Order: sequence, then structure tokens, then C-alpha cells
Amino acid sequence: MTKMNVVDAVKSALRTELKKDRRVLVMGEDVGKNGGVFRCTDGLYDEFGPDRLVDTPLSEPGIISTAIGLAANGMRPVAEVQFSGFMYGPFDQIITHAAKIRSRSSGRFSCPLVVRTPYGGGIRALELHCDSVETFFAHIPGIKVVIPSHPYDAKGLLISAIRDPDPVIFLEPMRVYRAIKEEVPDKEYTVPIGKAKVKQEGSDLTVISYGAMLKYTKDALEKSDYSAEIIDLRTISPLDTETIINSVSKTGRCVIVNEAPKTCGFAAEIIASINDKCFFSLEAPIERITGYDAAFPFAKLEDYYLPSEKKILKAVDKVMSQ
Amino acid sequence: MVKKVIENFSVEYLQVMDENGKVDEELMPKLSDKQIKELYELMILMRTFDDKAFSLQRQGRIGTYIQFKGQEASQCGTAYTLEDKDWMFPMYRSSGALIVRKHPIHQLFQYGGGDVRGIKSSENVNNFPISIAVGTQTPHAVGCAWASKLKKEKTVSLAYTGDGGTSRGDFHDALNFAGVNKVPCIIVVENNQYAISVPRKKQTASETLAQKAIAYGVKGIQVDGNDIFAVYKATKEAVDNARAGKGPTLIENVTYRIADHSTSDDAKKYRSDKEVQEWVKKDPISRLEKYMHSKKLLDDKYKQEVAKTAKEKVEKEVKVYEGLKDPDPKDMFLYTFEEPTEALKEQLKDFE
Repeated sequence: MTKMNVVDAVKSALRTELKKDRRVLVMGEDVGKNGGVFRCTDGLYDEFGPDRLVDTPLSEPGIISTAIGLAANGMRPVAEVQFSGFMYGPFDQIITHAAKIRSRSSGRFSCPLVVRTPYGGGIRALELHCDSVETFFAHIPGIKVVIPSHPYDAKGLLISAIRDPDPVIFLEPMRVYRAIKEEVPDKEYTVPIGKAKVKQEGSDLTVISYGAMLKYTKDALEKSDYSAEIIDLRTISPLDTETIINSVSKTGRCVIVNEAPKTCGFAAEIIASINDKCFFSLEAPIERITGYDAAFPFAKLEDYYLPSEKKILKAVDKVMSQ
Repeated sequence: MVKKVIENFSVEYLQVMDENGKVDEELMPKLSDKQIKELYELMILMRTFDDKAFSLQRQGRIGTYIQFKGQEASQCGTAYTLEDKDWMFPMYRSSGALIVRKHPIHQLFQYGGGDVRGIKSSENVNNFPISIAVGTQTPHAVGCAWASKLKKEKTVSLAYTGDGGTSRGDFHDALNFAGVNKVPCIIVVENNQYAISVPRKKQTASETLAQKAIAYGVKGIQVDGNDIFAVYKATKEAVDNARAGKGPTLIENVTYRIADHSTSDDAKKYRSDKEVQEWVKKDPISRLEKYMHSKKLLDDKYKQEVAKTAKEKVEKEVKVYEGLKDPDPKDMFLYTFEEPTEALKEQLKDFE
């Protein structure tokens, strides 16, 4: 066991898989000699060399489209897109090809590709770097979307993603890259894709979140008198509706926190699932705390955009008062 | 201060056989009589298939079909250089190349009929699914070739695109990544002069498409795409180079789309019959016939036999196609993932 933050845990997962499987290679902008702009691949270039830690030309569509070819021909590419705001360039390749190679070839070819990208706001990054892109990808059949919230899961989920036979978008919680430190095993282990986790049991209400918002949601709830059951989704596609339904059936109340814009944000899908499966267990309308339907603001305004402790606690009080 | 020319570039053009079927013996690639006949028979089979597919569409027996008439040399001469284990990344107009790559003809009809199983590659050959999104497949060939290089396998990857495809960012990515990583890849641009209605001159101000390779540090060559020997020679050299670790090549086959863009298009709206007739004179098949006739490799009897064999084969494949069962509606749930998700299982249950 070693105390690791999310960056260390990501690196530990990459090292584990690079050591274990000759087919794995890490590719992207500055991931080689420089060790990645967030240091997620720091030192791996010296350990594994330029063929496996590949500094690519500066083109996200080029990185993803060539990674698709690598994956189809038996490699296990882990492609990094430096910031989630740059995920729109390769969007066409991910939807048109990565997601459909298996179905269009009737199972003859597949695309075991991982696309890693730091996502979400809150780090005073440059403009257009921080979009919460998860819902776009969750909407594509054939793509899995994994979002760890803390170091232990980051390592176990990334190893699972690399070993997964299908394309996985792996969204790293940029805001908590270094904010959470915990004991993480040095050896290999996996955390299953598609399974949510009850982070804290409770009886008054269910609070659902994922990614960086999980920590801020948890911190906020410590200041609440209610007994909240906190669910970390960990994967949004495929969604573990069972864990959600079990909890909401028990508590009858639910608050969802995600930082993406409100309209068509992932919270809406969770609400629809609850509506489908356990509407009559509800004691109060579901509340969602999200970003706004406005462009993600530049540094000086981002704190006003992101779900705050105050907004989360207000939503909790509202569902509990009904 | 200094101002000087630091580099000069040139663009090669290759033609081995002129429009009258006369070849330059010095440029003629090494091909046995048997191989020349095989190329001819394949090109006749390709055209017979293409004509049949067109007529099946007009009779409502398949859906939209993309003809390649006039591009037989360009597709045959390139695909013929590949080994089964090599990878091909076809586009929607590459049915001819797929026939050369042993893709069953009834499957091509099946795809034309709206059944995606028609583009499933046989196990013993690596033919990627036809790319519909223009040019997007070219970087896949580069990544695939890169994998071969990393695995130290002697396989090469070849992608087809058209003159329109060269305008895409994906084409730029493909050549750029191919050059930087020196991968065993060949990108074939079938310059058939039109991207639906938009003429080649409106795609790019470049004098040739081959010269685009220069900027990426990649070998590029322009070829008379209606000359089977030139196409074969240029591609064979590119494939041999790639296999020997000498990196990628961009090949521009200058050819012409004799037919409409697709069975839903009317090319008369944007090009003259006179222009089409000029290109009909350069037809790749009649050109090869002239050559073979002069070398006594072809007489009327052989010509008739080849035509008859091709017709019989295609008709037989039509019968196989029309005997195929429609896909099970539940098939749409298959192959989304290796293992279906709970949501998919539930939706399948609802569907039933």
C-alpha cells in the first residue's frame, strides 16, 4: 500500500498494465518525455521507452483515429486527450467508428480503446479546457463511460478499462487530481465497470453523484443533520440502475449532483430511470443540482457556476421538507 | 541576410501503357501471362458485378448502390498487390477492390440490400468494414500499420479514399501520423474527378493530389489510374517498400467515374456527355484488351469465355443473395458490446 492521489493512482494503473501486457501503449500530447501536463505519465517514458509512451503530433482527432487502427489490429492503446475541452475534435471518430466497429463488422473486428481525459472545472484552467462532456458519450451505443472519484477507484477502474474488450471513455476528475490522498495497493486489482458504490449508508435520502463532485457533495453532507445515503456512480454507461433503485426505494427521497449543464445532463437520465423503476417509492420530487445552461465560465466565474455546498444543502432541505 | 531556395520538390507521374494499349517495355512491371490474364478476368468480373448491381437497384432488388465503373484498373491493380493477411480499408466505392480481396459477391449484394452482415470480412482475410464517412478510414489504416510495425509483423495496410476525401482533416492526420511514425501503409486516392458534383479543381488548388505527400515527408506518386500496369507497378513498389520498413506511400490514381455518383444521383446535371465520352475512350478494360490482343493473350473466343464465366458467377451469386434470410430484428442488439449490458438485455426483452 502506498498513499496515492488520483494522479499517482492513474500512473500506477498505467504502469501495471504496461508491465503486464505488451499490447498496451500510452499515446497523446506530451505524455512521453514530459510525463503529461498533469504528470500522470511521469517517469513512464524512461521505464518503457518511446514505442510505448508515444508523444504524438498535436491533433486529438489524429490521436484517436490512429488509436482506433491500433486497437483493431490487436494493440491496447490508451490515448490521452489533454483536456476534456478538446474531446470535440475526435468526436466523429469515436461515434462513427470506435463505437461501431464491432457491430458494423458483425463481431469480426473490435476496438479495445481507452480514451483518458481530465474533465470538469474548478482548477482555474484556461478557457475552453473544462467542459463536462460525459453525457455526449453516454448517449452513444457501443461506448462505456467511466468516471472515478478517488484514487483507489481510479486505479482499479483504469485497469478494468484497459482490459475491457470495448471502447471506454475514462474521465478523470481533474479538480481532485491532488485533493484526495488515500492508501492504494501497489499490486494489480480491478474495480468492475458498470457497478456503482454506496459510499455511505443512510436512511433519510439518497444523494447521487460522481467524479470530482462526489467529494464536494460528501463534504457538504457532513454539515447536514440528515442521514444521507451517498452513491458514487463510478460508471455512467452502462449505468448501475439497480444500486440507485435499491437505495431510492429505501429512502424515498433523492438529490443528484453533477456539474454539467442542466438540460439533458446526466441527472436527467437518472431521474428518468427512477421514474421508470420506483416512482411510487418517492416521498418528494427529485432535486438535481447541476451547472447552468451557460457556457462554462472562465476562471473568475467558475466557482459561481459549479454546484456549491450551499446549493447542495438547500436541495437536501427542500426534498426533506416535503 | 540571405534569401535562397532551400529545397526543390518534384512530382512523379507513371504511365506504362498508353490509351492504345502500347506499353513502354522498360517500365513494364514483372507480370506473367497468367497474371495478366488473371487481372483481366478480375476486371471483367468487377464490371459484370457493377452492371448487375446497378440493374438490381433499378429493379428494386437492392437499395442504393455506388458504382465504380471506369475505376476497375485503379481498384484491381492496387488490391491485387496485397496478401490475405494484409489489411484493406475500403470506402463505399471499393466494391471492386473487395472482389479482388475475395469478398464474396453475394455479400456485396447483401450489403446493397440493406443487411450489414454483407460487409463482414471472411476470417482468412482482413477487409475492414466499408467506410461511409468520407476519408475517415485513412488514419485507421495508419494506426493498423503502426500496430503491425510494433508487433514486428510483415503486414501492410492499404486505405482507399477519393479526391473529395483529401479535403478532410482525417486525410491530413493520416499522412501526418504515417510520416512521423514511418508506418507500412499505402493510401490510395482514386481521383475520379468528382466528389458527387464538385469537380476536382474545387477541392484543392494543388496541381496534383500526389504532391500533398511531400509536405508530410511521405512518398507520393501520380499514376494513370486507367492503366492497370502502372497502377500495379506503383502499388507493388509501395507495398514492397512498406513491407521492407521503408515507410508509407500516397498514390494518386487519375481516373474517372463513368457512372453517376450513386444510383440516387444524376451526373448530367453537372458534367457534359462530351466529357464522359472522352473518358470512355480511355477505358481501362478496352485498353488492356488492346495490349493483350497485340501480345496474342486474347482472342474473341477467350474474351467470350471470360465474359460468360463472369456472368455465370455473378448470376449464381445473385441467386445466393436472394436466397439469404433477412436479418433477425433482434440482431440489432448484437455486437453493441462483447457482452450485452443490463439495459440492452432489458430493451431486448421489451422488444420481444
